[in-house]
Amino acid sequence: MTGADISSYPESTAVAGAPVLEVDDLHVEFRTRENVVNAVNGVSYTVNRGETLAILGESGSGKSVSAQAIMGILDTPPAVITGGGLLFEGRDLLSMSDEERRRVRGPGISMIFQDALSSLNPVYSVGFQIGEMFRAHRGVSRKEAKQRAVELMDRVRIPAAAQRVNDYPHQFSGGMRQRVMIAMAIALDPKILIADEPTTALDVTVQAQVMDLLKDLQRETGMGLVLITHDLGVVNEVADNVAVMYAGRIVERGTVDDVFSNPGHPYTEGLMNSVPQVEAKGGRLQPISGQPPNLAKIPSGCPFHPRCFRRRLGADALPGRDCADDVPPLRLVVPGREAACHYSEEVLGV
Amino acid sequence: MTDQQQADLRHDEVQAGTTTGLAAPSVDVTDARQNSLWSDAWRELKRNPLFWIGSVFGVVFLLMAMFPAVFARGADPRDCDLTNSKLPPSAEHWFGFDQQGCDYLANVVYGARNSLVIGVLAVLVVLVLGLFVGAVSGFFGGVTDSILSRITDIFYAVPFILGAIVVLRSGTLGRGVVAVAIALAAFGWMTAMRLVRSQVIAVKSSDYVAAARAMGASNRRILVRHILPNAVAPVLVYATITVGVLIAAEATLTFLGVGLQRPAISWGLQIDAGQSLLRTAPHLVLFPSIVLTVTVMAFIMLGDALRDALDPRQRS
Repeated sequence: MTGADISSYPESTAVAGAPVLEVDDLHVEFRTRENVVNAVNGVSYTVNRGETLAILGESGSGKSVSAQAIMGILDTPPAVITGGGLLFEGRDLLSMSDEERRRVRGPGISMIFQDALSSLNPVYSVGFQIGEMFRAHRGVSRKEAKQRAVELMDRVRIPAAAQRVNDYPHQFSGGMRQRVMIAMAIALDPKILIADEPTTALDVTVQAQVMDLLKDLQRETGMGLVLITHDLGVVNEVADNVAVMYAGRIVERGTVDDVFSNPGHPYTEGLMNSVPQVEAKGGRLQPISGQPPNLAKIPSGCPFHPRCFRRRLGADALPGRDCADDVPPLRLVVPGREAACHYSEEVLGV
Repeated sequence: MTDQQQADLRHDEVQAGTTTGLAAPSVDVTDARQNSLWSDAWRELKRNPLFWIGSVFGVVFLLMAMFPAVFARGADPRDCDLTNSKLPPSAEHWFGFDQQGCDYLANVVYGARNSLVIGVLAVLVVLVLGLFVGAVSGFFGGVTDSILSRITDIFYAVPFILGAIVVLRSGTLGRGVVAVAIALAAFGWMTAMRLVRSQVIAVKSSDYVAAARAMGASNRRILVRHILPNAVAPVLVYATITVGVLIAAEATLTFLGVGLQRPAISWGLQIDAGQSLLRTAPHLVLFPSIVLTVTVMAFIMLGDALRDALDPRQRS
């Protein structure tokens, strides 16, 4: 349980360097009586051992829905996975039986949620809930489960773990609750941890502590971390790679340093410009104009074109690259950088 | 949340921030047993004076129902002497005598059994109906929920006592203990159903069930660990309080002349017989009323204590 090097995980079938999690052209829609909402429209990404991939996007961009699809906790109906593949250590999650799938959750892929208070059952002590992970998956005794719970609470640096193991979720502060959630999520040493806005509900100082903790745990265990967030600061601090989502698609992908210093998609560019800069103190922020798209009626062509100040329509457009008619594919623009924009080279300035 | 608690939480954060590295993996746990909802609830109950007051009265009442002869101080409720008619309480006969000259303490004590049997029997029917209909309604939702909820509404529309009066007066069930219990339960299960239904719906879609699922909990485990405890706790509280309410309702029905009938012995019958003699022999109404009130209160206190114990957020 102590800081382990990566080679001490013989049960892992993942070859070094091979992706642990592969998401391939995932499509998810929500079918209601009135309409069909296309929440995820062809998302692909891979996560390697020890990698931190940030999925960045505004509310309704499909980032949480794609995570829930990976976990298999979408409410179906109304949600339906209409296409694509999910591979975990080379095994197809979507063709697994419910029971096989369940066994992947926890020891294989685990998840932490935004609101730790509502994600913990109010009627059980935190120690009991952490211990449940061991009892459910490993069938250990109550006594041992409690011992392990204390160890885990120690590991996520909850002070006086042995005294607090019998406390209830409401007796903890927000940051401590999120640590309890993290303890539950890492209890079975998952290969992939999906963190869905883990720090959104926390104070800024506590946010930093929780992110540090996640980073440290990742270093110890070599798990892949999928960090879902809308917080550019968090992405900048902890992630290796970033995938920017818009209207259920990935519009740009690359290393965090590259994407942040020189965006290749007008949407990413807009996001960067809308962040307050210390150097530009006193100036006006540049928001992205317009509204996020209605996922039941995604604009034709590039879904971002109604809000894009670089759009080229009709006669201005190059042949087959009219922003209002032709959907831009996610393509390699420069080495290590993919963007879904017809005029990405222009945005990058290459 | 008090200032002290907030300060404690603050302290945690600060400590967590300064702690570097990992603490020693071997921590001695003072109490190795893992706490469960029920063991914590029991610990909490033991500290609650309401629970003890309620329990003492409840146990006395239970013993009274089981061994009435012991509490009647040897008197037989049916061994009456008209010369003693309406005699007030005395050192020998604590509750005095009724109009027929029967020992009143014996009568009141023997009345406990019918009250308890009716209260418990009716609550069992309420629980079974409420849990079953509520769970089905909440779990499946949709059309099933709509139909079951409308049926529940129909029962809600009939006033509790009025419904029971109609059932009992129709005569199909007779006028015995079982008939009264069924009549009361038939118009008293709806609140339990709604409680269960709303709990099941709330818990089913709660974040912690999603979280449990995300961490690989099976459906069975989610049902047993999350949905049932959250649904059963409030129903248990409701049921305890309802025992008291139903005992009072039985007395009401009997007093109105549609419940138990003579020669059955019941507090309702005693209050009914006593009311016409209220001026000359007030003790005939007073004693069964006091015992009835104390009994009802005991169950309500137990219910309150149980509610506090089963909700960790209520604990200090």
